[in-house]
Amino acid sequence: MALLQIAEPGLSAAPHEHRLAIGIDLGTTNSLVATVRSGETAVIEDEAGRALLPSVVRYMHGDSPEVGYEAQLRQSDDPHNTIVSVKRFMGRGLKDVPGAAATPYRFVDAPGMVRLETRAGVKSPVEVSSEILKVLRSRAEAALGGELTGAVITVPAYFDDAQRQATKDAARLAGLNVLRLLNEPTAAAIAYGLDNASEGTFCIYDLGGGTFDVSILRLRQGIFEVVATNGDSALGGDDFDERIARWATEQGKVAELQVTDARLLLSLARKAKETLTDNDSARITAALASGQELDLTLSAETFFELTADLIAKTLAPTRRALRDAGLGVEDIDGVVLVGGSTRMRHVRSAVGEFFEREPLTNLDPDKVVALGAAMQANLLAGNRKADDWLLLDVIPLSLGLETMGGLAEKVIPRNATIPVARAQDFTTFKDGQTAMSIHVVQGERELVSDCRSLARFELRGIPPMVAGAARIRVSFQVDADGLLSVSAMEQTSGVQATIEVKPSYGLSDDEIAGMLQDSYTNAQRDIESRNLREQRVDGLRLIEATQAALDQDGARLLSDVERISIERAMETLRVLLNQSDYGAIKRASESLNRATAKFAARRMDASIQSALSGKRLDALEA
Amino acid sequence: MAITLSENAAKRVQKFLDQRGKGIGLRLGVRTSGCSGMAYTLEFVDEAQPEDLAFESHGVTVLTDPKSLAFIDGTELDFVREGLNEGFKFNNPNVKNTCGCGESFNI
Repeated sequence: MALLQIAEPGLSAAPHEHRLAIGIDLGTTNSLVATVRSGETAVIEDEAGRALLPSVVRYMHGDSPEVGYEAQLRQSDDPHNTIVSVKRFMGRGLKDVPGAAATPYRFVDAPGMVRLETRAGVKSPVEVSSEILKVLRSRAEAALGGELTGAVITVPAYFDDAQRQATKDAARLAGLNVLRLLNEPTAAAIAYGLDNASEGTFCIYDLGGGTFDVSILRLRQGIFEVVATNGDSALGGDDFDERIARWATEQGKVAELQVTDARLLLSLARKAKETLTDNDSARITAALASGQELDLTLSAETFFELTADLIAKTLAPTRRALRDAGLGVEDIDGVVLVGGSTRMRHVRSAVGEFFEREPLTNLDPDKVVALGAAMQANLLAGNRKADDWLLLDVIPLSLGLETMGGLAEKVIPRNATIPVARAQDFTTFKDGQTAMSIHVVQGERELVSDCRSLARFELRGIPPMVAGAARIRVSFQVDADGLLSVSAMEQTSGVQATIEVKPSYGLSDDEIAGMLQDSYTNAQRDIESRNLREQRVDGLRLIEATQAALDQDGARLLSDVERISIERAMETLRVLLNQSDYGAIKRASESLNRATAKFAARRMDASIQSALSGKRLDALEA
Repeated sequence: MAITLSENAAKRVQKFLDQRGKGIGLRLGVRTSGCSGMAYTLEFVDEAQPEDLAFESHGVTVLTDPKSLAFIDGTELDFVREGLNEGFKFNNPNVKNTCGCGESFNI
């Protein structure tokens, strides 16, 4: 039994059409996935109850790579094949990667983006990132109990087109439908509900494990604009750990530090740092490789002194960001803290003092970006009412496609807010049909001839099946720029085809108004012509199926009289199909159905008999 | 004639309503669609409809329309966890058969 979630009033999903959407924070150090269930936004944890997934991928021989905690453990003894912080390489050539020489990787310079040589072959950063996304995707699918409609993935505000495209490609490679890329600071602001205000200027201070980013956001008419960004790509929580480890080495008068000692001290330092969030002192005890025992107590005060300059290093870029935005601290309406390192008390108080106001801290700073992304994904997947929308850009006319009989099937209704994605399943009309022509149209009318044609493309390579067996999912997606892409995929074989169109191109407001008016004045006639065409399609399908059955079994199972009566009913229907009385077509279809009822029953009996008499199944179907 | 919530389900509904910050209760319903006839709907309620029937269960108001009640009378709504997945489950005594996935049903 499928488990249900509570929907917003009037927005229950039809069975098998749950709009499961997730938000992913694809971080340099850690990644997370979150979703909205029954109105509650929460991070999805793994089986062990851990929210974070270390962004570490270790390539193995042949097998699929290890991702996350296991990979992280092997980082130092398998450095060439264990990729950490791959986000730094996304969409970058070798010469653009700062500090590439200091990393243990064997780089292969390739046009466009750097590649990494591993024991599983040469890998691009896109492939490495997609491994992380795949793990998050399967975690989400296990937790939500179904296939995902789409994902919002966050990227740093300063990511350029190449880096954003690389992130999108990684998601596609991981089998995720990207509803939208969202700037990390914007996601944090959404998580705090800052988008509910009408106007405002906010500062997002993001101190992660190894990077520091500060962004100034301006909200105007429901749209967030990144006004300025700054930061330090080599400053983060790890630096605080190092300071503590160095202090411990000095205090303990450790003469020579083994590699294992250094790693041990770093992890103890990290624990001490976390202890000091809520306590005034932390004890550090360790047995070193030399046999020396360390037993030290670090006071919060000492820790603050040791790391004061690191905090000063975050305030300099913050000042620069404000200056770039042409703003003073008094212009900032709110400060949001993001990143696990902002849990440190002296970071919070330093930021508070700098901005002369209490920063927002009531959400978990590790999760806030993923939570905001999940809220946005929930919105984009259509799980909230239109009036809850912020980014109000709408589709002026419905988008759809042509179905049998020249009917327009609407996939995205007019006034849907963009970006939007909708999918609908279609099937084949004839036995053995291997291609399908997809005609994308725009307009409110029922007949394709009254709508505007946008594009045509073909889906080929559908495996031959009986009519109605193929499942062709056609997805319409309009991105934030109003760009429509339509893709069609046959679900059993996976063959697909895609086309991109710009729907609003060349239509003036008057033309749009005219097309709308037409659809109102012709509503009644449109419905009648739709009925007629649908009836014609049904009738045609019936004739096809009957003819196929007659050709196959007619001689064997029917007497001449029966055969003639079926053929007569077919002929009557065929003639009526060319006229426009849909009631008559309907009646003729029904009488053909009645005429073939006995024949159908006999065919069924015959096939059961031949199955029982031990005939081969494939011979039976042939 | 009644629809009830298990204690566990009531607690979750109350929590979701609190987090949502508005809403007067939970609406259970049935609509005709799906691969095996009918499908359940489960929604927050902001406004009761004149024809609604209301039940009270563990402090939570449950609303349904008279047409749906015919199909789900006697149902207990439960909240269960299956592996990583969690959600609401209809224990409906009227159901004769469901589709493979249990999202739609027949009476």
